[in-house]
Amino acid sequence: MRGRGGLLGAYAALVYLFLYAPIAILVVFSFNRARQTAVWEGGTTEWYRSLAKNDLILAALKNSLIVGGVATLIATVLGTLVALALGRHTFRGEGFTRQLLYLPVIIPEIVLGAALVTFFGALAFRLSLLTVVIAHVVFCVSYVAIVVRARLAGFDRSLEEAALDLGARPAQTFFRVTLPLLAPGIVAGALLSFTISIDDYVITSFVAGVGSTTLPLQIYSMLKVGVTPEVNAVSTLILAVTVVLIAVAQRLQRRPAEREETS
Amino acid sequence: MSTVSAVEIRGLTKRFGDVAAVDAVTLDIRAGEFFSLLGPSGCGKTTLLRMIGGFELPTAGSIRIHGEDVTRTAPYGRPVNMVFQHYALFPHLSVGENVAFGMRYHGVPRGDEPRRVAAALALVQLTGYESRRPDQLSGGQRQRVALARALALEPEVLLLDEPLGALDQKLRKEVQVQLKQLQRSLGITFVFVTHDQEEALTMSDRIAVMNRGRVEQLDEAARVFERPATEFVATFMGASNFFDVFVRGGDAASVSIELPGGAAARLPREGREWNAGERLRFVVRPEKLDLRTHDLSTRGVPSVPVTVEDRVYQGVGTVWLVRGPGGEAFSVYEQNERPDEGARFAAGARAFLCFRTRDAILLSTAGDR
Amino acid sequence: MRRDRAGVLLALPTWATLGVFFLLPLAILFVVSFARRDTYGGLKPIGDLGAYLASGKFLEHYARSLHPIYLKIFWRSLWMAVVTTLVCLVVSFPAAYYIAVVARARRRPLLLGLVVVPFWTSFLIRTYAWMFILRTEGLVNHALLAAGLVHRPLELLYNDFAVLIGLIYGELPFMILPLYASLEKLDRSLLEASADLGAPRAATLRRVTVPMTMPGIVAGIVLVFVPSLGQFIVSDLLGGAKTILAGNLIQNQFAIARNKPFGAAVAFELTAAVLLLLWAYARYTRRRGEDVLL
Ligand SMILES: Nc1ncnc2c1ncn2[C@@H]1O[C@H](COP(=O)(O)OP(=O)(O)OP(=O)(O)O)[C@@H](O)[C@H]1O
Ligand SMILES: [Mg+2]
Repeated sequence: MRGRGGLLGAYAALVYLFLYAPIAILVVFSFNRARQTAVWEGGTTEWYRSLAKNDLILAALKNSLIVGGVATLIATVLGTLVALALGRHTFRGEGFTRQLLYLPVIIPEIVLGAALVTFFGALAFRLSLLTVVIAHVVFCVSYVAIVVRARLAGFDRSLEEAALDLGARPAQTFFRVTLPLLAPGIVAGALLSFTISIDDYVITSFVAGVGSTTLPLQIYSMLKVGVTPEVNAVSTLILAVTVVLIAVAQRLQRRPAEREETS
Repeated sequence: MSTVSAVEIRGLTKRFGDVAAVDAVTLDIRAGEFFSLLGPSGCGKTTLLRMIGGFELPTAGSIRIHGEDVTRTAPYGRPVNMVFQHYALFPHLSVGENVAFGMRYHGVPRGDEPRRVAAALALVQLTGYESRRPDQLSGGQRQRVALARALALEPEVLLLDEPLGALDQKLRKEVQVQLKQLQRSLGITFVFVTHDQEEALTMSDRIAVMNRGRVEQLDEAARVFERPATEFVATFMGASNFFDVFVRGGDAASVSIELPGGAAARLPREGREWNAGERLRFVVRPEKLDLRTHDLSTRGVPSVPVTVEDRVYQGVGTVWLVRGPGGEAFSVYEQNERPDEGARFAAGARAFLCFRTRDAILLSTAGDR
Repeated sequence: MRRDRAGVLLALPTWATLGVFFLLPLAILFVVSFARRDTYGGLKPIGDLGAYLASGKFLEHYARSLHPIYLKIFWRSLWMAVVTTLVCLVVSFPAAYYIAVVARARRRPLLLGLVVVPFWTSFLIRTYAWMFILRTEGLVNHALLAAGLVHRPLELLYNDFAVLIGLIYGELPFMILPLYASLEKLDRSLLEASADLGAPRAATLRRVTVPMTMPGIVAGIVLVFVPSLGQFIVSDLLGGAKTILAGNLIQNQFAIARNKPFGAAVAFELTAAVLLLLWAYARYTRRRGEDVLL
């Protein structure tokens, strides 16, 4: 048993190395003084400072934050409502709603991008930050709905029945029981939605217009020109933000029941 | 105990698709009594209770609570409270907040809440637990918090759905006694759901035995045990010795029958007319049967010749498995009064099954099997 | 739960949003795939619809996509997706098994978290990392030159190999997670029972572990295969001009060639392939009685 565990453990370590080495290299070299070579020539934060002065990147960052914020806000409201519908009500079109929510997740991103740009073109809708926000809402709603729905399934419906039994009306039950219990799921869904939004390249590349370049689009165009240390620096920052958001979302997604079991 | 009805149920039916979970149930629950709904899994106990609580709308029929029709009233408008099977304690609130939850909807001034919470917790011996979280309590304590939360609102009727199901055997027995004492001292009507016949017998004033959505028998606890009305109830209460016999005739007080093996016997008539040639079914509980070496018919004790098949030693008692002349299987329970001296009968031995006529329970033909 | 209007009201905003900005665009794209393009990349008006339909011209883009040039692109997309999926499966299984079964329970959340992070981090950045490593002036070439193994930097980027590395690297977490999820549910006593009954380890793996974790394996295959099929970033950044995949073909029609009807036709062929696969998957899970996400 011991020997096999050791061997498998070593193998797993290799897989983790494969997963993290490229990212780690990127991070390390974002502090490399050399502009061109892959040789370590001493540490510097020069590239981070030059990022702060790069107007294109700053503008793209601002766009990304606006899009991520607004799209997440809308997607969170829509996704939470539809998750409540699916988890707590029986209604006509339930099966259709489930499938409708799956589709944006499973349809190749490139197809969604192509469809949206054709749609906006057909309506003579000028491509702008608004079109980017709309596109992001479309694919973020599903993620929020899935996360919130899972949370809803995690707590017993009898909790809400107990509130009604104790005299609370449906609205009071919602605000005193359902919402507080759902909150971690909603926040987790919002964080994931934000992460996906600020990371998206494929769909955004179709629906972004002049002046609505987001951070991934900006990075992509820099990559096409050539690898520069600034790209490493901005990648490192994005990675750091993502890791924090994911860690928080993961913590929130753990159900209270899991704590109960351990006690 | 008064005979005012706390809950009147009339023709209550609930269908889920094709299945009638509750099928035309009519019954009255008296004010202040401990009333149990007893039956096997899936017989509709929970559904019936949930309709009383307002969580399920009946397909047909009506429910009145203290004379007021509440058939379509929302749960928050009914003077009843529920102790849920898995307690349904709000995990994001403390014990105190859980118990106080409903008070603001019942006109309790905010200032009075702490006092009322403390009183409710004292009732279930959890004084001082206000600031604990539900996940910091043991199973038994959670069950008591759920009880305190429901009792704190002073409902006229308390509904309990297998509230002891999640407790281990020993704790369960303790809580049964406490719960019964609490009910008696508060005088609140309890409607208690269980599938455990012993539990129902220990606690209830009256029991409704349910089967496939219908009430098979509604009676005082002791009568359900001793005088099951149908084969289903008899079996469910552990009486498993059925005798199929022919009626020979009868008089004003009794019916005379021919037992398996040919002996004659007279059983109390129990208010029914019996015609000669008719078939009759009765049941005798295992502990009311006696295994003898001699035929006692001549002394007026009904006796059936049997063959001993096996013996199961159970510590306090012994169960004999025997077969009648027509191949019928019977089990006889006898108390082990002396130290085990080895078998009184060997396997294959012939013996006689005897019983007192008053222990024969005549079944109405309503039983299905 | 009774049928109620509240459910409809709660779902309504999502129906409206996805109806207008998702289903309608897809429908329009579908119509466009049958249209004619004009020389400026727009759509040519169709005078007589009846005649157009009768002439069979509306299928011209679909017909065109069957040309050997494009079939070759589809073929390459397919085999790259297959290879990616298989490699991911083979690499992931032992690792997932280690995390779920062998590793100490206390360390499991950390090990799992370390897979979840790349699962959610930017695909673009993770692809870029390989660009940084493999390029002519990259780390690998530097090491090779310094060690004297080569005298001129190797062309490690812009070929099928680089694309495959990028795909495998990018999709690996999407295989490990579902495998982990089903391995974790596996009852340990089954493995012990198998050993107790005298099965060697390999037999236990083949006769108990793998069949019991089939749902996770199938989910992982779907999660990796479907996105690989529509890939476009990896081949664009790491692949050369030769390594064009179906995703790039579609993107080109919209961004460069300005032949939207053709792009739309290819997009729908891709969608059909994906939906077919997912339909088969849904049938599989339904037969197994597994629960789905929503
Ligand atoms: N929401 C529902 N939808 C469909 N069928 C239901 C529903 N609730 C209950 N049933 C069915 O109605 C019947 C009675 O169920 P009920 O829960 O009342 O049984 P029970 O007597 O409480 O059983 P148990 O002792 O197992 O709790 C069962 O056949 C059950 O499958
Ligand atoms: Mg029940």
